[in-house]
Amino acid sequence: MSARTYELIYILVPDATEQAVAEMQTQVEGIVQRLGGTIDKTDPWGRRKLAYEIGKHKEGFYVLQVIQGSGELMKELDRRLKVTDGLIRHLIVRIDERQAVAERARTKRQEESRRRRVARGLPPERQPGEGPQRDNDDDGDVSYDGMDGEV
Amino acid sequence: MAFGGRKPSGPAGKGKGAAAGDKQAGQRRGLFRRRKVCKFCAERIDDINYKDVKLLSGFVPERGKVLPRRISGTCAKHQRGLRVAILRARQLALLPYASD
Repeated sequence: MSARTYELIYILVPDATEQAVAEMQTQVEGIVQRLGGTIDKTDPWGRRKLAYEIGKHKEGFYVLQVIQGSGELMKELDRRLKVTDGLIRHLIVRIDERQAVAERARTKRQEESRRRRVARGLPPERQPGEGPQRDNDDDGDVSYDGMDGEV
Repeated sequence: MAFGGRKPSGPAGKGKGAAAGDKQAGQRRGLFRRRKVCKFCAERIDDINYKDVKLLSGFVPERGKVLPRRISGTCAKHQRGLRVAILRARQLALLPYASD
């Protein structure tokens, strides 16, 4: 129950000082620690143009944090962030489930392609190439196939 | 574009076919269309992330709406994920709700 991974992004007002940013971070940290969570990662994106104006702001200071904790913790965090001044927006998303699904899909695909390659005795390159060959000279992701093709 | 390829012989040959059938055949005829492939299937993007503005903005035309499946060719599964990702990105002002 408790081991869930969440992603928190919040946007501070663009004219926030470094001190204000740090203060915000310690505030979040305080709540997380008090309710038995851990912060895995803090990634300040910095100032960024907003896609639309929020209030009177055209820019915002984005901070991304990855937090492990319970739902209770995130609920409390959400509540606190809602009433925090100097914060334009925030978003909390649970990511561990999606990550697990993506991971499963990846391993399944790798196994599948390996199995097929062995069965047909083909080189690992170019697994999707069943269709007609188009002029895909801008196809930059050939290197992906090289990753799992160590056979 | 599509009008040029239409020939009168087609409907004449069909005779008294059902109206719905004629309509369908009419749509299928015409230009060669490049078969659309779901970008996320082709590039094996398992997790459509709302932070990937560069990727998402390719599916948000000028007006700011979500590009429909019939145009982008995205498969149903990935269109669903894409929609959620765009919705989230909008909340964070990474993408516009509407722009004109």
